[in-house]
Amino acid sequence: MRSGVRNRELLALVPVALLLSAGFAAVFAQENARLGNLSLVYGAYFLAVCVATHIYLRLRLPDADPYLFPLVALLTAFGLVMIYRIDESLARDQANWFVLGLVLFALTIQFLRDYDVLERYRYTIAVVGLLLLLAPRLPGIGQQVNGAYLGVKIGPLAFQPAEFSKICIVVFLASYLREHREVLIVGARRVLGVTLPPLKHLGPLLVVWGASMLMLVFIRDLGSSLMFFAAFLALLYVATGRFSFVAIGMALFLVGAWFFASTVPHVHDRVEIWLDPYHDPIGSGYQILQSIFAQADGGLFGKGFGQGLITIPGTHAALLPAAQTDTIYSLIVNELGLFGACGVILIYLLIAARGFKIALLADDGFSKLLATGLTAVFSIQAFVIIGGVTRVIPLTGVTLPFISYGGSSIVANFVLLALLLLVSDRARREAALPRGALAMEGT
Amino acid sequence: MNRQIVKLFGLIVVLFAVLIGFTSYWSVFDAQALKEKEANKRPLLEQQQIKRGRILAADGTVLARSVAKGHGASRRYVRRYPEGALYGHPIGYSFVRQGNSEFEQYHDGELVGNSSELSSILDQLRGKRQEGNDIVTNIEPEAQRVALSDLKEAGFGAVVAIEPRSGRVRVLASNPSYDPNRVPFELSKLNENEVESPLLDRATQGQYPPGSTFKVVTAAAGLDSGTITPETTIDAPGELDVQGQPLQNDFTASFGPITLDTALTNSVNTWFAQLGEQVGPETLFEYMDRFGFNSTPAIDLPEDQVYASGIFEGGQLLGRNDPIDIARVAIGQERLAVTPLQMAEVAAAIANGGSLMKPQIWSRVVDPDGRVTKRLEPSQYSRPIGKQTAAELTTAMEGVVSEGTGTNAAIPGVAVAGKTGTAETPFNATCGGGAEENQAWFIGFAPADEPKIAIAATVECTTAFGNDVAAPIFRDVAETILNEGG
Repeated sequence: MRSGVRNRELLALVPVALLLSAGFAAVFAQENARLGNLSLVYGAYFLAVCVATHIYLRLRLPDADPYLFPLVALLTAFGLVMIYRIDESLARDQANWFVLGLVLFALTIQFLRDYDVLERYRYTIAVVGLLLLLAPRLPGIGQQVNGAYLGVKIGPLAFQPAEFSKICIVVFLASYLREHREVLIVGARRVLGVTLPPLKHLGPLLVVWGASMLMLVFIRDLGSSLMFFAAFLALLYVATGRFSFVAIGMALFLVGAWFFASTVPHVHDRVEIWLDPYHDPIGSGYQILQSIFAQADGGLFGKGFGQGLITIPGTHAALLPAAQTDTIYSLIVNELGLFGACGVILIYLLIAARGFKIALLADDGFSKLLATGLTAVFSIQAFVIIGGVTRVIPLTGVTLPFISYGGSSIVANFVLLALLLLVSDRARREAALPRGALAMEGT
Repeated sequence: MNRQIVKLFGLIVVLFAVLIGFTSYWSVFDAQALKEKEANKRPLLEQQQIKRGRILAADGTVLARSVAKGHGASRRYVRRYPEGALYGHPIGYSFVRQGNSEFEQYHDGELVGNSSELSSILDQLRGKRQEGNDIVTNIEPEAQRVALSDLKEAGFGAVVAIEPRSGRVRVLASNPSYDPNRVPFELSKLNENEVESPLLDRATQGQYPPGSTFKVVTAAAGLDSGTITPETTIDAPGELDVQGQPLQNDFTASFGPITLDTALTNSVNTWFAQLGEQVGPETLFEYMDRFGFNSTPAIDLPEDQVYASGIFEGGQLLGRNDPIDIARVAIGQERLAVTPLQMAEVAAAIANGGSLMKPQIWSRVVDPDGRVTKRLEPSQYSRPIGKQTAAELTTAMEGVVSEGTGTNAAIPGVAVAGKTGTAETPFNATCGGGAEENQAWFIGFAPADEPKIAIAATVECTTAFGNDVAAPIFRDVAETILNEGG
């Protein structure tokens, strides 16, 4: 069975490599001049790295989910081709980060085989997570990008701590809720027809709410705030099964968001632009409008790889601002059409399905909540940015996982994937054992 | 907890479905509206990236081409017109911001290389960039040059020359013209120039009183309907009383009973006025329709840039049942307004034995690989008159040039058939309101026995007569084409 699982993974990697080669070939063909076998070379490199990772997984996590890694590799390959098409040098960075991501992926698997250890340090992890979030506001290292405080720069090293913080917060919540879910359910009482959780245990959760509100004020990023809080609510719901808790949480968030949206100028602007982008089409509304215009130009099948316009020809002025990060999805719709975009969303959906499957299979509460939280925060991140560029919600500067250009994003998400595979490996191994052969741990 | 996990997954599915819904809305359902938004410059910028095909004269002279600016992804194309104002009409212009006009507009699809959805997907897969097709026209550069330089000497006006057998348009000149290369810089200035109206293609949009050239149509209706024969005589006094107003011949000359040949040769008003009354409005309108009057000519130019010819009241075409003065219509007066193109078609139909071919400027479409993908197949627009009527009219029109009012159109050694026209346009605002202003015309074809070219030439706001200013233009252009065609 073990080799069967990994063989499926290996097989699933083949179409990934083919797609990557085809993609590079398409970009090369576009730039006629340099059409050669270089595209195949790139495809081969990528495949070699993937196969190495596969062999590592074969040795370390033989029972882990066989589809997650190929799906992620597919997204990464796709992202690399898109970024390559935008700017060759950016693609080289991204490829380096991809390798760095895989190194951290391997290290995580190596040193966190017994991931229960995370539970022991949950408060430390929570504090680290919060500090990471607030770091961009620290004088000297913090960086402001487009009005939001998302970056940190220490010497030559620049990164976006929110990407790593989300993993810390999910680990903390999974651990905390595993321990307190019983009392949250049992201790709940009905007040005026609404089921309220017991105040004593609610404290830390209110801290999470407070933290996400603080994010609105301090780092001024509605997207990250939304992503964190939604992941929190998802975990709270799964842990307690009480929809009323979620409803209360949502109400609190909306009240908070409304309050800060009307008082914090940057957040306020984002909402205004979202509601009426045509108010200032060449100023504040430019990015979202160009994002939508780019999609309108894509149609069903798109304009073809490398055919879309990113800058205004003859100038360096952006026609699709932040095409390699925020609006990369719009570029995908522009060049590959509605069908291509549906394909991308389908891959995210498949990853979510595999992630939740791991949570279902997992035996103990912490594993279940951890897998759920990681999958939820990943899916919601994809929703927040795609929703942003399609005007479902206000546009914010969150990355599209594994596709957008950005080292922090790709490295952090590979760590997230490593944790998911760790949970999966244990869950599937235990599920494969005859019932009763192993004492059940947890509940 | 498993139940909740499944429900949470359900929520994620719903959220992603919302994303697909919004993406579909922007990319497909609302796409057209978005493309038309003022703030959306994408369609314009994309148009700039396509290498538009060239437009060539019959001999291969380049009339319009696109030149690249910038490199790689920032490459864009700008239209150039090497011959400048010579082909301002009918080629028109094509610029991203100013739009397209005339031939450039009509043939836009071919010139930008639009193809079906399926083949464009195949092209994408092969990594092929969209590239336009070249179009070769029927225009004869030498004749076009002669026409425009003659017009520049004579005054504002137009010349249209058509090959009768095929409908190929050899010359389409309008004076004053404009240099299309200047359009990006001074379009509004050109638009506001109401004295010269350089953007107005007088060949297809100039609506002028036809004067005596219309007698050819009246004669065609009379002969072909059997109302008269070449032998029929009508008494032509110096003056007639029509609807309470005197209708006179030039110098009130009285001719007595004469046949068509004599009447046409001397352009006798009282003769044709009576013929018009004999033919009647019903039949005359029928023949006008057959010649293409009362509808937009079927030339390959945008429909809103080609005007119909007919009897107009307040910008509206009058029909056969409207009250009109048929005697004055018959001699080209009344509220008749015709385009030079329409009068060239009348001449071409007679020249072609009574068969009117669709006038076409384009000749063939050549794809970027040099293959001819489409070739003009001459087709008949209508058959206004029989062969015999055409022959009888030709004989009468030969008399006009050999011994009548149009002697200046004569070409040594070549039999020419034609008809002059001089419509009085006194106190016309566009002519500056002078009392002596005329619209001078000449329509005809040559050689009369085996016509190679049919031409209408007209000059507006001139004190001269058709034979003085329009006939020489006809002669020069016809001679040039006959020499070129060998």
